[in-house]
Amino acid sequence: MSDMHATPSAAIAEQDAQFWMKEEHHPANGTLLGFWIYLMSDCLIFACLFATYGVLGRSYAGGPSGADLFELPLVAVNTAMLLLSSITYGFAMIEMQKNRRGTMMAWLIVTGLFGAAFLGIEMYEFAHLIHEGAGPQRSAFLSSFFTLVGTHGLHVTFGIIWLITLLFQVGRFGLTPANKRRIMCLSMFWHFLDVVWIGVFTFVYLMGVLP
Amino acid sequence: MSAHIESHDHHDDHHDDGIPHISLKGYMTGFFLAVVLTAIPFWLVMGKVIPNSQTLAVVILTFAAIQIVVHMIYFLHMDTKSEGGWNMLALIFTLVLVVITLSGSIWVMFHLNSNMMPGMSHSMSEQQAKSLP
Repeated sequence: MSDMHATPSAAIAEQDAQFWMKEEHHPANGTLLGFWIYLMSDCLIFACLFATYGVLGRSYAGGPSGADLFELPLVAVNTAMLLLSSITYGFAMIEMQKNRRGTMMAWLIVTGLFGAAFLGIEMYEFAHLIHEGAGPQRSAFLSSFFTLVGTHGLHVTFGIIWLITLLFQVGRFGLTPANKRRIMCLSMFWHFLDVVWIGVFTFVYLMGVLP
Repeated sequence: MSAHIESHDHHDDHHDDGIPHISLKGYMTGFFLAVVLTAIPFWLVMGKVIPNSQTLAVVILTFAAIQIVVHMIYFLHMDTKSEGGWNMLALIFTLVLVVITLSGSIWVMFHLNSNMMPGMSHSMSEQQAKSLP
């Protein structure tokens, strides 16, 4: 940067000298780094919600506990849905690398369907809990549970909306560099949600049913 | 000389979109490990394999930590070199904050709960004795 202010001839000499240096190589595209930093900030939001749940998770206020409410087979199916959507997104990425638009879009649609199945099961679970009188207002445990799991579900919802938007983008404009970058960002977002879900099913569901 | 320039340019082109090289093998390895690392904790809890709750909690948390690392490596393609190391730096910084937030909250609030228990200290029990009808 400083050689910009030097005399022109010196600047040229400097450029010649530095042209081969590896250190010159910046990440040409800051988007992925920026998006990663966004994901890290999102990670902090989830950390706060996990901490809240960790503190309040055993405050039942005389109401039902996790062992009474959680249906682990349903959670296992839900986990499988999210994990499968992760791998199908991976297949879409591989197809994108090979510049095959049609198959890539097909895998993205499959990913979206798995995501929608996950959301459907989660909403069924929430509706079931509220119907049983175990809504968010019942106890501190349930408030923190609905906040944490609901925030994750909200992220998945927006991920699906983003995915549909990208499908239209790719269908209209093809696999342009900009679209590839967007698909890459969504892939990070999607896999990140799966990482958060590992924390949810372990910390909330599996540890919640322990006596 | 020109060959050198071309290879340099090619190098730049390759990194221009910033998309790391992705292989099917990497994804399948990650998926297989993730399935195993998910199935074992579910089996441990649903099958009531370990009777002691605390041991079981530690075991399934360990499995979760391993699975998070697997996802980071195979799905999020994290390594120390991506984006010139800045990805890793941001991740480490975040992990430090996450550990402080989680362990700090649980530790402080656990002690708060213990200290708020009636009869924990003499002054407390005296005051409570006075306030009792």
